Amino acid sequence: MDELQRTRMSVADVFRTATVGARTRPMRIVLSALGVAIGIAAMVGVLGLSESSKSDLLATLDRLGTNLLTVQAGTGIGLGSGELPETADDMVARIGPVETTAAISEVDASVYRTDFIPTGQTGGVTVQAVGLELLDVLAGEVADGRWLNEATAEYPTTVLGSVAAQRLGVSEVTGTQQVWLGEQWFTVVGVLETFELAPDLDRAAMVGTSAAETFLDNDGVPSRILVRVDPAFIDEVINVMPATVNPENPEEVEVDRPSDALEAREAADDTLTALFLGLGAVALLVGGVGIANVMVISVLERRSEIGLRRALGATRRQVATQFLGESLLLAALGGVSGVLLGVLVTTVYAQIRGWSALIPTLAIVGGVAAALIIGIIAGVYPATRAARLSPTEALRSS
Amino acid sequence: MTSVLSVTEVTKTYPMTPPVHALRGVTFNIKQGELVAVVGPSGSGKSTLLHVMGTLDRPSTGDVEVAGYRVSDLTDAELSTLRAHHIGFVFQQFHLLNGYTALDNVADGMLYTGTSLEGRRSLARTALERVGLGHRFDHVATELSGGEKQRVAIARAVVGSPSLVLADEPTGNLDSKTGADIVRLVEELHEFGSTIVVITHDLAIAEQFPRIVRLRDGMIESDSKAA
Repeated sequence: MDELQRTRMSVADVFRTATVGARTRPMRIVLSALGVAIGIAAMVGVLGLSESSKSDLLATLDRLGTNLLTVQAGTGIGLGSGELPETADDMVARIGPVETTAAISEVDASVYRTDFIPTGQTGGVTVQAVGLELLDVLAGEVADGRWLNEATAEYPTTVLGSVAAQRLGVSEVTGTQQVWLGEQWFTVVGVLETFELAPDLDRAAMVGTSAAETFLDNDGVPSRILVRVDPAFIDEVINVMPATVNPENPEEVEVDRPSDALEAREAADDTLTALFLGLGAVALLVGGVGIANVMVISVLERRSEIGLRRALGATRRQVATQFLGESLLLAALGGVSGVLLGVLVTTVYAQIRGWSALIPTLAIVGGVAAALIIGIIAGVYPATRAARLSPTEALRSS
Repeated sequence: MTSVLSVTEVTKTYPMTPPVHALRGVTFNIKQGELVAVVGPSGSGKSTLLHVMGTLDRPSTGDVEVAGYRVSDLTDAELSTLRAHHIGFVFQQFHLLNGYTALDNVADGMLYTGTSLEGRRSLARTALERVGLGHRFDHVATELSGGEKQRVAIARAVVGSPSLVLADEPTGNLDSKTGADIVRLVEELHEFGSTIVVITHDLAIAEQFPRIVRLRDGMIESDSKAA
């Protein structure tokens, strides 16, 4: 009986039979693969976007550093005067791992574009007396003009935050443009780029500490101190900070780490990512059900073909393989086009946001693998039905 | 001459209420190179006999032997392989794959024999030429007329030179002229050496063949050779 040993079909023949459905009904194939494609695209896109945005954040944190602390007086009931001691800046500078500090003192003055602007219409721009180290401590950058120096800090000059410059109508620094600040003219010497670690300073007109004392009667009491710390000792510094700044009332001192806010924002994004991944998974599941559905219909419609194949000598297993292969092919088509779509979406969106597009390999491999698994699961039932069909019944039905 | 098909005391009962006795003890032999018509009215058991002869169904009792193999000794998978190598089918509805060319439809007749695609196509060309469709290799099934479709189906049945060709009402879906052409083609293939059984309800067609097996109520009414 050697002659009747089961004959194996070549891989090429298996592939050829698996494409019969695609060749006879291409539109149906495209539509049913679309379901899986959308699911996979959503998952790859979400993972890619979250990864790209995360890498952008890491780059930002890397640039800005996570070792910046802000010290300010607590405000609210039972938290005292809302002021730091006058000596706070010097005290902080004496803590060992502290690298640089910059004190900010809020000036009780308003700034206007000209002296014709009615009092009170400040556009939310504040006046802050700042130390010269501020720019370094915040890793800020000058957009136009220059930062304060020893000389300009003594005179009625000001450097504007990015938003403040916009609101005061300063588009470029000419060296002669002035703003009406505390009832006198201050010359604008510079405009800054946006501060990512201290967004409130974007809305400030900054003047030197001595100029603030001389021209604006500022008392020099710091409202906030920005501190750069040796990254290895951040927690230790945070612990000793309140008692150092205000030994009498350490509970009145608030210490923040602004980079935490950025990380918190990312954590919030993670929740959204999980949500979208869940939606993608649902779409994928629906896509899988769609494939199973189409395959079941296909088996019903192609009973006579199944009968013919059994008559031509196909075993049950070969019939099952054909339909399982077709389902797998459908899912693979959906999976691959879904991955491509997801990569495209990620790339375009990252480009728009100015990120570098980053798609985790896991998302690509996982996307295709998930599609194939869906294909197998969706194909098993229809393939079994096709194989179970008796040849006489299949031929009779036509 | 050696026997290609032998059917011995075959019965087939479908377990319904009441049970349907489709075949009630059928015995006959077909020798290599014979051309036989099995004729009978509808309900006489023709289709069941075709399925049993073609090993698509097993008899309830009795023996079937095809090309020297006893069907009752073989597993389902072995029967499939037996069909792939030894039996060719022609159906009333042609059963061609619509998206495929005539050539590939015929080549599919040997899909499950382990022959390579090139080998199958080369034999398919020869088979198509034998049925007079040498000019239609690359036409897809939907572009063919009814008669041409049945020629393609016949080419598919004989492409692997099976021991036995079973044709189920091969002219049933064709007009009488085209039907006559198909009968002539069957006769030609027979002259070429093929063993062919044609199943039909049409006595006029059956009478053109050298041997006629008449079936009625699941039994052989007569088995006559033309003079």
